[in-house]
Amino acid sequence: MSTASEAAGRIGSIRVGTDLVSVAEVQASIDEFGERYLQRVYSSHELATCRSESGHLQAHRLAARFAAKESVIKALTPSGGVTLRDIEVVLDPRGRPTMEFRGCAADALGLETILSHSVSLTHDGGYGGAVYAALVVAAPSGQRHEAAR
Amino acid sequence: MNNRVGLVRAVLADHGKLHGSAATISATASLYSAGLTSHASVNVMLALEDTFDIEFPERLLTRATFETIDNLLAALDSVLGAEA
Repeated sequence: MSTASEAAGRIGSIRVGTDLVSVAEVQASIDEFGERYLQRVYSSHELATCRSESGHLQAHRLAARFAAKESVIKALTPSGGVTLRDIEVVLDPRGRPTMEFRGCAADALGLETILSHSVSLTHDGGYGGAVYAALVVAAPSGQRHEAAR
Repeated sequence: MNNRVGLVRAVLADHGKLHGSAATISATASLYSAGLTSHASVNVMLALEDTFDIEFPERLLTRATFETIDNLLAALDSVLGAEA
């Protein structure tokens, strides 16, 4: 039987990222840049799930999703350029948020090295926040070198 | 080129939410240390695109691109050409 430290060495490590975003700043970006801001940052699924029953975009929910994207970037330190809309918060059938990576983001974030991951979103007091945690396999040292936005 | 620096500083003043003056911050100083947030960097990107009539390619959408004014100028050089 291997020791706990030997097992942990094979598995890799836990990466955690968190971020906090002002709802007012998200609303200001929508007001100034409109669709360009929305289309560059959020996926069509995210935009659909951040609308009220009357169809209005809810900035507090977008702020939490932006925080989730940045939490992923902080946790996984991508190896190259990443389009934020390719880091996507998806709601499962029970309404729980999960993260999906698309396009170049999947490579840059090392999707193949992720054994399991989880995200939690929140919003209160004018801010949207998120915590993202991933269990990743160990990568050769020096393979992941650049913290990217 | 000097005009390009001035336009970048103007965009930072309008959208960067820096703690100090965008007009005087060193071109090699960390904008993140000066108060640039990840969300504000998106606004800076969109405003630079409007100012220079460009679209940042995905390869430039890194934290490093927005780290300093010099890095932003290098990114613009790569999109616009150094002599534009």
